[in-house]
Amino acid sequence: MSTTVDARGLSCPQPVLMALDEIKKTTGTELVVLVDTEASKENVSRAVESQGWQVREIREDGETYQLDIQKA
Amino acid sequence: MKNLFATRWGIIGVGTFIGAVAALLQYWGNPGNMGICVACFERDIAGALGLHRAGVVQYIRPEIIGFVFGSLAAAMIFKEFRPRGGSAPIVRFVLGAFAMIGALVFLGCPWRAMLRLAGGDGNAILGIIGLIAGVWIGTRFLKNGYSLGRTHKFSATAGWVLPAIFAFFFLLMLIYPPSEGMAKNGVLFYSTKGPGAMHAPIFVSLLVGLAIGFIAQRSRFCTMGAFRDLILFKQTHLFSGVVALVVFAFITNLILGQFHPGFKNQPVSHTLHIWNALGMVLAGLAFALAGGCPGRQLFLSGEGDADAGVFVLGMIFGAGISHNFGLASSPSGLGPHGIAAVVIGLAVCLVIGFTIKPQTARR
Repeated sequence: MSTTVDARGLSCPQPVLMALDEIKKTTGTELVVLVDTEASKENVSRAVESQGWQVREIREDGETYQLDIQKA
Repeated sequence: MKNLFATRWGIIGVGTFIGAVAALLQYWGNPGNMGICVACFERDIAGALGLHRAGVVQYIRPEIIGFVFGSLAAAMIFKEFRPRGGSAPIVRFVLGAFAMIGALVFLGCPWRAMLRLAGGDGNAILGIIGLIAGVWIGTRFLKNGYSLGRTHKFSATAGWVLPAIFAFFFLLMLIYPPSEGMAKNGVLFYSTKGPGAMHAPIFVSLLVGLAIGFIAQRSRFCTMGAFRDLILFKQTHLFSGVVALVVFAFITNLILGQFHPGFKNQPVSHTLHIWNALGMVLAGLAFALAGGCPGRQLFLSGEGDADAGVFVLGMIFGAGISHNFGLASSPSGLGPHGIAAVVIGLAVCLVIGFTIKPQTARR
């Protein structure tokens, strides 16, 4: 079971800060990040990729983007 | 579909375009090193509405209206128009007001700071140092959990309020257009001299504003985010856009003969280094706490972000206060109460930064 970071409704840079914090803390290799704007989706993707993680899949559910992130 | 504007070359392209057309807008009639200045232009709008009575800075700047509607068009086309708000709007209003007050002590927002630099105005260096310092303070608060809280989904009407207000201002200008030597036409005030009397043709300004609004919405261009992301994440994405803006504004200025290096007698500026810097510390901190530079707040407003819209209205309110209370600087120096305003503004921003925490912002 991977950890979920719910950053919906938060404006940048908070979704990025939350995702990076979780990456630092976690011992696992998978993470789910929920955001609700395109900008946050792009920012979180860019930030986790710079940390050596990968966005495996982005699922859209209504106005929520679910980013499935994995340690590369 | 991949958003090309959100790539590295995309943001560099956007910065290049903005830098070049900003210098061109000056060539076409806008004030010196002020092809685009979001703060100054919103201040001019406040003046045109009579919210302050500084006679030399009164004009409904079509660029600003273009920014909002260009972004609105992009958001509609790419299905990103999402009416939302409710994330501490009154705090954003106050941040907007103090951002404007700080910017008017320096005489320019981050956009103009870059354009002043690209035009050879050495005083801009002090402003940019202040801006970076202000953003840096903001990032410390963000790291410590500062948050204005989550937004909520709004109905479409709420997302249209700010665009509608600006459309109304533009309509007023079409009904009561500027005319040479007239200080007032109908309900609108105009400048007969000074920066407010200098402007590119209305539809050129509007078209450039629309184009910038469109590509800035796609690319998320932000002059505050550029420094924030660099400080916070060592990420150079937005920063590369701002560098491109400065470089291409500089090149265009050179070609147009608009580059005049020096500190003294620069257009719409003063040489009080400490206050150039501290004014921008205040503005930079307020922008960082509110999550975007004044341009980005307009682009977000176009996407339906009502909180960004409140910030914009806060800036226009701040402009009124700035000139009515003698807080704004002028080429002859500081306003009589400029120093007090910066001190109070910094104090208010620090209180906001220290006291608004996640436990008070959870859903």
